[in-house]
Amino acid sequence: MTIPETYTSLIPLWAVLVSLAAVPLILISSKYRNLRETWTIAASIIKFGLVLSLLPGALANKTAEIKILEVFQGVDLTLRADPFGVFFALIASGLWIFTSFYSIGYVRGLNEHKQTRYFASFAVCLSATIGIAFSANLLTFIIFYEILTIATYPLVIHKETREAIIGGRKYLVYTLTAGLFLIAAAAWTYQIAGTLDFKAGGLFSDGMLTAKNALPLFLLFVMGVGVKAGIMPLHSWLPTAMVAPTPVSALLHAVAVVKAGVFGVIRVVGFVFGPYLMREFGLNNILMTLAGITILVASLIAMRQDNLKRRLAFSTVGHLSYVVLGAAMLTPSSFTGGMMHIAFHATMKITLFFVAGAIYVNLHREKVSELDGIGKVMPWTMGAFTVGAIGLAGIPPINGFVSKWYLGMGSVELGNLIPLAILVISGILNIAYLIPISYVAFFKKGEKLEGKGEAPLFMVVPLVITAILSVILGIFPDLFFKFYKLAANIAVSIIGAN
Amino acid sequence: MMLINFLTKNSPVLIPILYLSMGLLIPVIAGGRRHRLAWPTIALVILIGLSISIFNIFAVIDAGKPIHYYMGEWVPPIGIEYVLDHLSAFVMFVLNVVAFLVIIHAKDIVRHEMPGKEVPYYGLISLMLAGFNGIVVTGDMFNLYVFLEICSLAVYGLIAAGEKKSLVASFRYLVMGTLGACFYLLGVGFLYLTAGSLNMADMKAIMPYIYNHPTTIIALAFMALGMALKMALFPLHGWLPDSYTHAPSTSSAIIAPTGTKVGSYVLIRILFFIFGIKFISEMLPVAHIIAWMGAIAIIYGSVVAIAQKELKRMLAYSSVAQVGYIGLGIGLANPLGLIGAVLHILNHAFMKACLFLVAGNLRFKIGHSMISKFNHSIRKRMPWTMAAFTIAALSMVGLPPMAGFFSKWYLVMGTIKNSNWIFLAVVLISSLLNAVYFFRVLEKVYMKPLNSGSPEESDENTKPTEVGLQMLVPTLVLAVGLIVIGLLNALIVKGILAYIVPLAGM
Repeated sequence: MTIPETYTSLIPLWAVLVSLAAVPLILISSKYRNLRETWTIAASIIKFGLVLSLLPGALANKTAEIKILEVFQGVDLTLRADPFGVFFALIASGLWIFTSFYSIGYVRGLNEHKQTRYFASFAVCLSATIGIAFSANLLTFIIFYEILTIATYPLVIHKETREAIIGGRKYLVYTLTAGLFLIAAAAWTYQIAGTLDFKAGGLFSDGMLTAKNALPLFLLFVMGVGVKAGIMPLHSWLPTAMVAPTPVSALLHAVAVVKAGVFGVIRVVGFVFGPYLMREFGLNNILMTLAGITILVASLIAMRQDNLKRRLAFSTVGHLSYVVLGAAMLTPSSFTGGMMHIAFHATMKITLFFVAGAIYVNLHREKVSELDGIGKVMPWTMGAFTVGAIGLAGIPPINGFVSKWYLGMGSVELGNLIPLAILVISGILNIAYLIPISYVAFFKKGEKLEGKGEAPLFMVVPLVITAILSVILGIFPDLFFKFYKLAANIAVSIIGAN
Repeated sequence: MMLINFLTKNSPVLIPILYLSMGLLIPVIAGGRRHRLAWPTIALVILIGLSISIFNIFAVIDAGKPIHYYMGEWVPPIGIEYVLDHLSAFVMFVLNVVAFLVIIHAKDIVRHEMPGKEVPYYGLISLMLAGFNGIVVTGDMFNLYVFLEICSLAVYGLIAAGEKKSLVASFRYLVMGTLGACFYLLGVGFLYLTAGSLNMADMKAIMPYIYNHPTTIIALAFMALGMALKMALFPLHGWLPDSYTHAPSTSSAIIAPTGTKVGSYVLIRILFFIFGIKFISEMLPVAHIIAWMGAIAIIYGSVVAIAQKELKRMLAYSSVAQVGYIGLGIGLANPLGLIGAVLHILNHAFMKACLFLVAGNLRFKIGHSMISKFNHSIRKRMPWTMAAFTIAALSMVGLPPMAGFFSKWYLVMGTIKNSNWIFLAVVLISSLLNAVYFFRVLEKVYMKPLNSGSPEESDENTKPTEVGLQMLVPTLVLAVGLIVIGLLNALIVKGILAYIVPLAGM
């Protein structure tokens, strides 16, 4: 591995700002919807291009960094495109492109109100997400984390029904509280360490943490990032927030917001505490227990949900904890697997949400029990669903298998087979709650489906592409974006530092 | 060149003199049929005051140490001394910039709410500013009392000019405010009897010699109590909600951001610059008591604000809570807490001014500010005003990158530094409570009513009827200012506030 070096570059800043710059343009052109959507698409493509241009540097361990201004004594608002940041930014910005196209099909298909607010908020969310990815220190992270919270709120309450407003309130209470815990944790960290900079392997020096303050500090952090990461018992905002329009659920509640949470978990475990301190104070066991329980319980609850989006929401809760589990096991393979699951779960789950939205727009059906026979009228859509479902269960050749394989290896490396057992059981439960949907869609006889066809192309094309992407990444995980190489490098930088 | 020389030599004293003389001259300039001159005059006067205060800040930063001015060349402790240090220059700037923006906004709304009374009204504003600025800049304890009475008298008038109930509110404030000033004066008297000096710096030097004197302790108790009354620190806040609610829009917008801040400023002076940190933590645990009062104020003010039906009243209770933040920061008696408190003087001044201007805009265009009657037509009618409200509200909740986040951050750091977990919890919980009462309003304004009738019914009053530019621009400047202050807070802290810490003896 080469020696890490840092160079100053404005690209991370542009990557954050490009979608923010689109917001006024979106607002101004609110009367001309084609022009308005052009800004969204343009911003998403430019953003992805900028992030992609950082990939070679990240692979060669050359980190782009930009200090914007000092916000607190000795702490700058700094964006740093380290490998892990690039990894997450790639996923978020890449999937934003698909979601943008899909959103257009969705809001027009349903003739939604306040579309301008919708697209503007979406753009702010993406800025915040990339900001989170590139945050070089905890304070910068918190700033973008809170912006993400607020920018998501208008999307959650988009429908403005009583249910949506109550869901929005719950979302705010959970996420704002989490932000406060995070602020307290960061302030305390600063008092102890005198720095807030993320550092692979942990930012605390020897002897800074004692048995007395390590545990409460860690719990503050877990409560801070755990809400967005959906760790039980902090998850209950997530299913409620599914009242949001489906593209929002797809991108934000399967990719950006919740992944910002698990991204935060890995930052805390790998870049604040570090594997050594995690083990020394037994913090890894706490995290592992929480993740294990979450995986199993969420899968069990998912089986009982009749509303398709709610079922997917609980499935998300479970899969997020795969990542948490990977971080908690603290072995090279488990970190690699956990990080890859951030990417791979994203492509699979976004497919499933896209499918749910397509069914809703096309047939106005939301319940699993109403899906009999729809595979015959929407073969492409349900085919994509099946791919995603198989992948989430961890069956090859879909990419979910790859990340799960590394997580399993991590369990073996650790010499503790309980995580492996949890993964296997969870896989079976995944089959139990997802595959029957494909089954009834294709093999049961449906009612009132005469004359119906596929959903609009704006929706079907993105979801088919994400499904194909899941398969390709399953067979060649290193193709295109080098997800495997990146993840393995990051894992080594975290573990190797000790 | 001569002007600069003149300014450097006399800058501490210029602002109080300017406002004091103009307070008397405005009725002359704009008397009788020339009443249209009243607003341009006061605006110009405050602009000059603001310019001098900006000049003062740079003068102090340049000098790197306090600038002293001796009245009539009488050297203290005999003569009266004016001191321009980083703290007083900063607070004076906050006072003047907020006053300037509010007065720009005031032109139409004052004419609308108090037709024919502009001349005395603006005269009182000038007097009040003379008092506030004088309090901030003086280095003499008795002189401070004089200015305290000047500004209080002006404020009574400014509040009483409002709707019918404002008379009672003003009378109540008069009683409480006079009590506060009396307590302060008693304290000064005790100190004078013991030490024989009225100069603040001199008193600080004498303090070790009268350290164990019972009268010193009593003096501290009286002075702190008096100022706690003036800054409306819980449980001495009783006068505040009614006064702010029933006062004219401009009065609330100018008094709410500045009045309680001046009280807080004096408290900082008394505790750290007269008695010293050792005395207030060893002899009489005033700091600790004030921190507790602040903590209770934060929770109490926020909870009561949630229950309010009227926007201005909600903002008034929120002020009680925000003063609690400042009290808590002062009471922590460590550098981070003090910086947090002083930074919050600036932040809260901007936030509250912005919010009260929004309330004024609503009353001006819609005729009321009852939260229960708010609906989404307001957003369509006044999009910019509500945008400003949203920014200020998010700042009040303490969300980055708005200014409110950073004072909260310093307070959080301060509480952790003292390992006081209860105070930490209070600061954090209060953010959530703020979120409750602000999102309650935002929900009403930005979302369609849940059980509304036909959509056509609201169509007629959804045409944009935004207030004029003269009212809109100050509101928006304050809102944008919140983001700018937030991003540049390190600059402010490093350039100005950091110097206060050693001055305060920490």
